[in-house]
Amino acid sequence: MTGIDYSQKIPNNVNLSEDRALQRALEHWQPNYLNWWQSMGPDGSHGFDVYLRTATSVNPDGWAHFDHVKMPDYRWGIFLTPQDGQRKMHFGENKGKDVWQDAPGEYRANLRRIIVTQGDTEPASVEQQRHLGLTAPSLYDLRNLFQVNVEEGRHLWAMAYLLHRYFGRDGREEADALLQRNSGSEDSPRILGAFNEKTPDWLAFYMFTYFTDRDGKFQLSALTESCFDPLARTTRFMLTEEAHHMFVGESGVSRVVQRTAEMMNELKTDDPAVLRKAGVIDLPTIQRYLNFHFSVTIDLFGADESSNAATYYSAGLKGRYEESKRTDDHQLKNDTYRVLKVIDGQLREVEVPMLNALNEVLRDDFIKDSVGGVSRWNRVLEKHGIDFRLITPHKAFNRKIGSLSEIRVSPDGHLLTEEQWRVHQDEWLPTAEDRAFVASLMGRVAEPGKFANWIAPPVIGINRQPVDFEYVRFN
Amino acid sequence: MSESTQIEVMKQHLIDPEICIRCNSCEEACPIDAITHDANNYVVKPDVCMACQACLPVCPTGAIDNWIRVLAQEPYPIDEQFEWMSLPVEKTLPENAVEIPTGGRREGEQEALAAASTPDGGVVGELKPGDELIEGQPATTAGSSVPPWSAAHPYVNLYTHKNVAEATVAGNYRISADNAESDIHHIVLDFESLPFPVLEGQSIAVFPPGLDARGRPYYARQYSIASPRDGERPGYNNLSLTVKRVTSDYDGNPVAGVCSSYLCDLRRGDKVRVIGPLGATFLMPNLDRANLLMICTGTGAAPMRAMTERCRRLTKRSEFQGRLMLFFGARTQHELPYFGPLMGLPKGFIDINLALSREPDHPKRHVQDLIVERASDVLTLLQDPNTHIYVCGLKGMEHGTLAAMKNIVEASGQSWQELSAGLREQGRMHFETY
Ligand SMILES: Cc1cc2nc3c(=O)[nH]c(=O)nc-3n(C[C@H](O)[C@H](O)[C@H](O)COP(=O)(O)OP(=O)(O)OC[C@H]3O[C@@H](n4cnc5c(N)ncnc54)[C@H](O)[C@@H]3O)c2cc1C
Ligand code: SF4
Ligand code: SF4
Repeated sequence: MTGIDYSQKIPNNVNLSEDRALQRALEHWQPNYLNWWQSMGPDGSHGFDVYLRTATSVNPDGWAHFDHVKMPDYRWGIFLTPQDGQRKMHFGENKGKDVWQDAPGEYRANLRRIIVTQGDTEPASVEQQRHLGLTAPSLYDLRNLFQVNVEEGRHLWAMAYLLHRYFGRDGREEADALLQRNSGSEDSPRILGAFNEKTPDWLAFYMFTYFTDRDGKFQLSALTESCFDPLARTTRFMLTEEAHHMFVGESGVSRVVQRTAEMMNELKTDDPAVLRKAGVIDLPTIQRYLNFHFSVTIDLFGADESSNAATYYSAGLKGRYEESKRTDDHQLKNDTYRVLKVIDGQLREVEVPMLNALNEVLRDDFIKDSVGGVSRWNRVLEKHGIDFRLITPHKAFNRKIGSLSEIRVSPDGHLLTEEQWRVHQDEWLPTAEDRAFVASLMGRVAEPGKFANWIAPPVIGINRQPVDFEYVRFN
Repeated sequence: MSESTQIEVMKQHLIDPEICIRCNSCEEACPIDAITHDANNYVVKPDVCMACQACLPVCPTGAIDNWIRVLAQEPYPIDEQFEWMSLPVEKTLPENAVEIPTGGRREGEQEALAAASTPDGGVVGELKPGDELIEGQPATTAGSSVPPWSAAHPYVNLYTHKNVAEATVAGNYRISADNAESDIHHIVLDFESLPFPVLEGQSIAVFPPGLDARGRPYYARQYSIASPRDGERPGYNNLSLTVKRVTSDYDGNPVAGVCSSYLCDLRRGDKVRVIGPLGATFLMPNLDRANLLMICTGTGAAPMRAMTERCRRLTKRSEFQGRLMLFFGARTQHELPYFGPLMGLPKGFIDINLALSREPDHPKRHVQDLIVERASDVLTLLQDPNTHIYVCGLKGMEHGTLAAMKNIVEASGQSWQELSAGLREQGRMHFETY
């Protein structure tokens, strides 16, 4: 025996203390992880006591344990929703059989790839957000940032666990590689494009957590349906944490919008220049940020038509969002789906086999969900009596992946020439000047209960604490 | 009865649409699908929600923790909730109104279900300190909310109210002496080929047949499993219960307990509708060197019997060498369930301490008195990291046993606060009282 109490060091419900092989694998990986966290994790945060929610078990009261914790001492842990013992494959060609408790040989490579791709996004967003702590608009927000960071870290653990436990040597190598790639790096960038973009300011962070973490929700939801039971159980537990990230984004943008609306009423103006001078972010700028993050995020769902997606589905590796709640035959061999294409210079919907369009199905589910939140931001404007409405741009706008990447489309869905695009681009996507302006507002506010001028305080605190609670203590 | 003339109010569980981000976590977490949504809002169905609170910790925003008092006959229906842009303010309610539990119109089913599992297999009853809204759940808050680290992994909630299991009565024996006041039965249920894997310390819930005074089906009552994991009879898919016929309520007024009477009167071959298994924390360590300190009264003996029998079977195969110490309280020796077999166990295997409160020639003693009498042995056990403590029986015993252990530990100059916190965190101290 090594004498290390694994349940203390790495809280888990995977019987780590008895699994020597897994222990050995993690003994090697864990120090590398800590190194990665020290060098790529949140900038200059190591001595603070942060009011974090830590999962100590999967019991309802165990996973939401709140306390002031130093971030390097956060116990990342490995948690899977308990096995329910009666899950059956509920879609794909093996429908009706028992789910797999191990990775089946024929699907090993594909499963590993799915897990690696998911795993790669987790540390990526920590890297993308690493400098934001220096400019947090309040202690409350700083705490939320750190909470998101540690949970992304834990999700990395979750995926690394699956690789170590079920994929032997290849799995160990892939788990190491997760710590070697870096967001935005020239030599070894993160796998997916959006995760190499910068998240330079807090408006970008809120948009990221609103849109991109929502991509996480949909990807994870599709994985919770997987017939590879350990993956399904791991991602189900991750989903509960993902919800918090989307909360940070949704309420974050909402508070920015609210503050701007208040200032618009106070100054009785909608002139961006005047509002900028007053230190708030004008609504057109917010709209441009929205356009950017929305379009970059929907690219994450992959090509509109994909034979990989069909394979994953038919094999039972990855289901659809809310697969179990759908009422079709869950095999989809004879179904079709409408996909946007450019035909004769026109944007048209064409029917393609459903199985090949599953990326598009997931993207559409995502879009529906995102639009809902945007309408709630609009309610804030409505409440303040302001006419402006934020809108999600057309699906074909600013795409870099799939057949739509070959064309230029305006936010309202009109096909454009390259020339027309160039003329209007700056109205639709954040300009260097926009970004510089937003950056100029960023400055750290570190007094409990105080908020930067460009953002309204939240309606309620975390875990029923007051808004002026000391969410972060600097020592 | 005055029931029909009373004005009843209840706290309705509502979601604040202004704060909710529609993340679906609550809908996922609710064990009985009380939460639903449309394109606009997430809402709670007033006739389904049993206020178990399993949805609270998963909500990232706090939007779900709203309980507004309404007339029990007029909760906000979900169609109305779907339209909301913000929460309504609480209406003024009649002063003489009586508060009933949330979801009170189906109060029955709630209890058993409340103790059923959460999405992640935890026991909802262990979620929050005895909330006023919930009744009939085991009071487990004094103990751990996690199982011992070595415990075997339990299956929970394989069968729910939507998917009820049926068992056949394989035997029903009275085990309290003929002249004893209480009528306690040992009931064996056979599941035949139906999978029903259980562990010592878990329980099941039984649906008594028939309808209550308001014409609704009775809710399910919980009973601890009294047999070990490999069956009442080793290798059989059966389990046993220890059921005491309830003949008076907690205040001593005569009543005929619905489910306990039904069970005590069952005959061989009868079919029983059950749900479960329930409970994911009151589990025994799965370790050959573990010690069990068991404290129980009355039918609280059931899980202790299961654990003791498990250890006995293991000992026979030389697979267990821990120590067992039992404190067992009853009014008289005749009322001790399993008195005979218990006394037949070898002294070296289990250290039995009986606390009889009304035995004619005995000084009146309660379990807590006995624990204090055996202070030095109890202390030795408490200090051993391999010891796990189980308390089961009537609600009232929780306080007394805790106080007794505290006394012993503090008298030895140590901090009970520290020791007990450790016991709780390590899943080594468990309470199940009802
Ligand atoms: C986790 C758990 C495990 C349990 N394990 C067992 C077990 O192993 N054996 C067992 O016999 N019971 C056990 N119980 C209690 C059991 O679930 C029922 O509460 C009990 O059998 C009474 O149900 P009833 O339908 O007969 O009485 P009801 O018709 O529900 O109640 C009749 C009246 O008696 C009162 N009453 C209910 N229970 C009791 C009681 N125990 N003592 C005194 N008054 C009571 C009620 O308040 C009511 O006024 C357990 C309860 C829980 C929560
Ligand atoms: S309190 Fe319990 S029953 Fe009610 S909605 Fe929440 S989880 Fe469901
Ligand atoms: S968990 Fe909370 S925020 Fe999420 S949908 Fe439910 S009430 Fe809304």
